Amino acid sequence: MDLNYTQEQNDFRAEVRQWLATNVPADPLPSFDTEEGFQAHREWEVKLYEGRWGMITWPEAMGGRGADLLQWLIFEEEYYAAGAPLRVNQNGIFLLGPTMMEYGTEEQKKRFLNGMATGKDIWCQAWSEPNAGSDMAAIRAKAELSEDGKYYIINGQKTWSTRAVWADWAFGMFRTDPNSERHKGLSFILVPLELEGITVRPIPQLNGLPGFAEIFFDNVRVPVDCLLGEVGKGWSVAMATAGFERGLMLRSPARFQQTAKRLVELYKENQTSADRDPAVRNSVIKAYMDAEAYTLATYQTACRLVKGGKIGAESSTNKIFWSELDRDMHATAMSLLGARAELEPHAPDAAGVGSWLDGWLFAQSGPIYAGTNEIQRNIIAERMLGMPR
Amino acid sequence: MDFTFTEDQLLFQESAREFLLNEITAEKIRGLWETDSGRSDELWRQLAELGLSSITVPEEYGGLGMNELDFILIAQECGYVALPEPLVHTALVAVPTVLAISSLKDEWLPKIASGSAKVIVGLEANLLVEDAHLADLLILQSGEELHALKPEQVQLQYNQSVDPSRKLYSIDWTPSKDTLVAKGPEGRAIINAALNRGALGVAAECLGLSQRMIDLAVDYTSERQQFGKPIGSFQAVKHLMSNVAFKLEYAKAPVYRAAYALAHNLDSAAVNVSQAKFAASEVA
Repeated sequence: MDLNYTQEQNDFRAEVRQWLATNVPADPLPSFDTEEGFQAHREWEVKLYEGRWGMITWPEAMGGRGADLLQWLIFEEEYYAAGAPLRVNQNGIFLLGPTMMEYGTEEQKKRFLNGMATGKDIWCQAWSEPNAGSDMAAIRAKAELSEDGKYYIINGQKTWSTRAVWADWAFGMFRTDPNSERHKGLSFILVPLELEGITVRPIPQLNGLPGFAEIFFDNVRVPVDCLLGEVGKGWSVAMATAGFERGLMLRSPARFQQTAKRLVELYKENQTSADRDPAVRNSVIKAYMDAEAYTLATYQTACRLVKGGKIGAESSTNKIFWSELDRDMHATAMSLLGARAELEPHAPDAAGVGSWLDGWLFAQSGPIYAGTNEIQRNIIAERMLGMPR
Repeated sequence: MDFTFTEDQLLFQESAREFLLNEITAEKIRGLWETDSGRSDELWRQLAELGLSSITVPEEYGGLGMNELDFILIAQECGYVALPEPLVHTALVAVPTVLAISSLKDEWLPKIASGSAKVIVGLEANLLVEDAHLADLLILQSGEELHALKPEQVQLQYNQSVDPSRKLYSIDWTPSKDTLVAKGPEGRAIINAALNRGALGVAAECLGLSQRMIDLAVDYTSERQQFGKPIGSFQAVKHLMSNVAFKLEYAKAPVYRAAYALAHNLDSAAVNVSQAKFAASEVA
């Protein structure tokens, strides 16, 4: 065990820090859940790509740096510390990209990966349906092969698709075998959102922004070369998309460490009023320690994986830990802000509220998205502890 | 950056685990409750033979010369079986304390290493001293001073705990010039180090203990039937279990980091230990 960074890792950190210092926009971009913000974030992705910082874990030949998991954690620490924009490109580079490298044909890789990397094509997810959420095997949206065998004809509805209103492509699962049930007969299909028969309807989020959408498919003809992996084997492709390393890509500890640091600052700014209730101080300390615990546990796992070790129960436990931590941290921030907590940032007396309100609203969704925490608890009980089904 | 244990550390844990699981059964622990001392000389001899009591004793004194990090997984296993013997106290508190006191180390470290003597440290932070009745030498705190006393120089008063495995004593003793072994800033430093190592030991034991509670509860809820099924198949029970299991996963890394910090004398060690103790005892 050696908890010091190597010279190489320190140099890498310095390089990341320097690039971010010169390139991160001085003023925060508008929310990527608005049209204007979406475009601004897309431009930022182009800048990242040009600096070869867009997807550092991708192979060099594809515009990445072939970075290992430890470099990734370092990059993320610097990225969040620099207050750099959230990643509008995350579905493509963190989820679909690695899945495509594993399951895509050479032709598909050539066709899609570059557009993904450059931010030219922004991807959204199309999994959930009105009657298939936690129970994803209940998916009903159909993709039937056309008579000439050239197209899948898609009918049905997807929902909770983040930023689908502005995205270029969607990836998701559709039932290609109409007589199939549950996990069988589903296929992983890539859908260009400009096709005829597609209607994307925004759903306003808790914060009022149209960050969500539902997608309706009415006889949409998708060319068969948009099938990823084998027909009817969509479930295993989708499971790869949701795997641990990708989970680590999407929600590495840096994001929560940064929130914890800001929370400590907020406590210091409001210490006099906060200390009237010692429980608030305890919550701040607990949040800080938990963010650190998540970081340490992640480093431990990453080190084991880098040395060729196997993944353990981490994918099941991580999701619960970070989402509940994020929710608790924002709840503590609300307590610290007291009567100001409910104020919108532009309200005259909202000084110091900053982005906490927005963060708090978003944090409520953490235990729900990416597999509800109730489902995660079932998985832990059944697969990690071996309890009876 | 390499946050992993070495093969040797993991093998050592494995062999300690095997021995402890075989020897320290619930029946044996209950059997010890019926004895006067509540402890077993035979068991201590076996632990010493395996090298477990001498892990942290430097090689020149007949020990294995290992550090807190080498011992941390063993301490975890001690917690898993709820070992009543003062093994964690010996390795993490008694040995480093004796080693820091020049007038004691030459005589007592070889005796600890061979398993022929036990040294028990009593600090003022604790109301009572556990296992004082076993001590061949007691090192006791008085303010910034540490004193070394033989059993015949003290009066012990047994205090019964709700846990029959805990043997707690108040100690009536008088500090004197003859018993003084460390004082002032040196004494304070030794006392602080002992407190940190003691807390680290408790943290590691809590990890093991938590894992044991999970394992026992999984076994029971998989067997016990109600409504025609094992109660562990109900979500209400599963979620209770998962809540403990996932929190335990995030208490481990802080404990290992604290052991590393102590083993490398990092400035952050005291804070790291506090975090480890908090996290692990919350889970337990």
